[in-house]
Amino acid sequence: MQPAVEFRGISKHFGAVKANTDVSFTIAKGSIHGLVGENGAGKSTLMSILYGYYRADSGEILLDGQARRIHNSQEAIALGIGMVHQHFMLVENMTVLDNVMLGSEGGFKLKANRARVEQELREICARYRLEVDPLATIHDLSVGAQQRVEILKQIYRSANILILDEPTAVLTAQETESLFEILRLFKEQGKTIILITHKLQEILDITDTVTVMRGGRVIGAVPTAGTTKEDLANMMVGRPIENNLPRAPYNPGAPVLQVENLQLLDDQGVKLLADIGFTLRAGEIVAIAGVSGNGQSELMEILSGMRLPTSGKLDFLGKPLPFEGRSDADGLPRTFRELGIGHVPEDRLRDGVIKAFSVMHNTIFGYQDKLKNRWGLLNFKAIATRCAELMKNFDVRPNNHDLRIGLLSGGNQQKVVIAREVLAQPKLMLVGQPTRGVDIGTIESIHTQLLKLRDEGVAILLVSVELEEVRALADRILVMCGGRITGELKIEEFDTTRIGLLMGGMHKS
Amino acid sequence: MNKDLPRWATAFVMPVLNLLSAMLVTALVIHLLGESPTESLAILVNSAVVNPEGLSYTLFYASTFIFTGLAVSLAMEAGLFNIGAEGQMYFAGLGLTLAMLSFDSTLPAIVLIPVGMTGAALFGALWAFVPGYLQAKRGSHVVVTTIMFNYIAAALMNTVIVKLVPPGEQNPASRAFAAAAEMPRLNQWFPVLGETPLNISFFLAIIALVIYGVVMSRSAWGYKVRAAGLNKHAAHYAGIRISKMIIIVMLISGALAGLGSVNSIMGSTHYLSLNFVGGAGFIGIAIALMGRQHPVGIFLSAVLFGALTQGGFDLSLEKQNIPPEMVILVQGLIILFCGAMEYLYAPAIAKMLNLKK
Repeated sequence: MQPAVEFRGISKHFGAVKANTDVSFTIAKGSIHGLVGENGAGKSTLMSILYGYYRADSGEILLDGQARRIHNSQEAIALGIGMVHQHFMLVENMTVLDNVMLGSEGGFKLKANRARVEQELREICARYRLEVDPLATIHDLSVGAQQRVEILKQIYRSANILILDEPTAVLTAQETESLFEILRLFKEQGKTIILITHKLQEILDITDTVTVMRGGRVIGAVPTAGTTKEDLANMMVGRPIENNLPRAPYNPGAPVLQVENLQLLDDQGVKLLADIGFTLRAGEIVAIAGVSGNGQSELMEILSGMRLPTSGKLDFLGKPLPFEGRSDADGLPRTFRELGIGHVPEDRLRDGVIKAFSVMHNTIFGYQDKLKNRWGLLNFKAIATRCAELMKNFDVRPNNHDLRIGLLSGGNQQKVVIAREVLAQPKLMLVGQPTRGVDIGTIESIHTQLLKLRDEGVAILLVSVELEEVRALADRILVMCGGRITGELKIEEFDTTRIGLLMGGMHKS
Repeated sequence: MNKDLPRWATAFVMPVLNLLSAMLVTALVIHLLGESPTESLAILVNSAVVNPEGLSYTLFYASTFIFTGLAVSLAMEAGLFNIGAEGQMYFAGLGLTLAMLSFDSTLPAIVLIPVGMTGAALFGALWAFVPGYLQAKRGSHVVVTTIMFNYIAAALMNTVIVKLVPPGEQNPASRAFAAAAEMPRLNQWFPVLGETPLNISFFLAIIALVIYGVVMSRSAWGYKVRAAGLNKHAAHYAGIRISKMIIIVMLISGALAGLGSVNSIMGSTHYLSLNFVGGAGFIGIAIALMGRQHPVGIFLSAVLFGALTQGGFDLSLEKQNIPPEMVILVQGLIILFCGAMEYLYAPAIAKMLNLKK
């Protein structure tokens, strides 16, 4: 049988950066094909070439055995290629139906078409067991349902080859399982699926074949059945990855942070956090697991002084955190930092760094008032020394402190942020999504740093949506859903199913 | 294509190309007006740069423009678009004048000049404080409020100046200050400059540029200003008090704009007159954009605009078909090319650089 897609010698350069070099592999019709690789391995570039965003410098793409030149995404859609992006391309305040029709309205008179398309959508939903109401408005839908809308859109446009870019990054375990059900059904109907992911377990769970990319080249294209997670990780990184990082025995010290009855309402009076209470001790890592958007970000913002709580008792080292008598949080993070609270923010580019500043300038961000000379000017000599040491200790690459930090990879930006916060020797470290958008090799080094900090007696509160990460780092786990803590587990009790249920708010009350 | 261009390209090649584009369009307009662009350019250059008296005028105008350019640049670094340098300088003129009218008969020059500067800076800062406060505490956009304050300043001055007109005078202007209130002119040391108003304000402007440069690039405060200007979220994360920062930056920005009036009034006219600012505040915007908020850039742009102002006068005198408003057209074109269409040539430059590799 003809393969659905064949890449032949695809190369693509952006200036001096070789994004793809001589990429060749085939994807069989009616199969689920995994595409894995670290950030910058060239997966996205390759898929963008297939979807018509970029044109390859050389090489060709064969669809069903025929060489095709795909100049733009309209042509790709016409050829039956559909793409579900990591960030959904949906208009939030329009209905599912309108979103599907957008871009394929088909003529001037919208109304007559609407009824027909709605009927068609209901048929598709029934056939693929996609539980979506075509008349629902997008912003009322859960993230999982929004993703199903994206898939629905692609099927409606009669996509035979479906590209999914990190589809499970925002899903709970249960939602992921139901997504996989849908994908299996697709496969039975003869459609081809390309799954881009960095979660190796998913590759093993659902794909038939897998291609590993590294540095713009194909490192291996193998049947999934004959491979293991370790093999894949080795291929991705180019060296063995240590899964169980060394850590000292669990020996928590005095309480560092005590939270009782914390409430947060937004301006409309909607509860963002309700009845949050927990204790965090020196030398332990407490991880907050949960699907993103369930109050973790707000909790971290309060604890770092970026936001005021509505009410609640928050004690740091036995003394109440200085929220009393403040009408806004302007400048409060500085006070918190001086108390000994470090913060690696969830959204690194929004909060953690100034993209246009150099690496060196970013290493003093938040601590700029500590590094003045006797003239009141920034002591750049000391800052440069400090920066060089930091870059060496945390292996920030490339080793050039004048480079704008926006030009570094996500992992290296994150190393700078973590290093900066660690260097301030905090008693409490708030760590939000430390490895989001970070590649495997760097994840290992970031995890090592956090464990080292724990062993040194720092209390660490970790927010992560990656259960793998929670398992690798946590001593205790709190699960959050809908702004509440729905459960607490010790690391020995780690159980993906149970955590998944708690994350979905289904807990025994 | 978010290619990062090398610094020499963004800091030098692009502004020069943008400037040349503005000049090209100007040349076209001059041609359409029935005059020779090359002859016009020769007149302009000769009158603004070559002739020492002309050059002196160029630098005199530039002294004011440096202050207004600094005012707009500082605010811009903090992410605030201060369109109100015009009104701030205008109101500052009132502060300066009130100080002079009160003290010029009693204090010696050495004290009068700082007193005048203080009066100007205070009033300029006051005029910028309200927009700054409203932005910081109420979220009213500083662009809107500073524009409004330009109009308020103009209307207010129309009313106030009537009270300052000496009895028996017809001119809408205050009385002239005593000689002690005059900024020392440079022609007393360099007679070649002729009877021109270029005065020590020029050196004060240079000092202001140096202080601005050091503060922005070397001090923790400048660091915080730039951080707040580039990313408010991150600035909040870093514990920078953004509302306080906005108010302080606007105060200093207004004070700088206000200092521009010292050159115009104490350096030249020696009395407060209606509309003495004459667009210097708006030219400050063009200078900040073209000079990319860098001290050297601000200096060069201020001199360029000084030259255009000086050369433009002579040009409209010599060429019948070129109206005095031509200067405003050129300024508009420079703002258009250096501000709004700043990155016009960036893709082309990036492409050329890539070809070379």
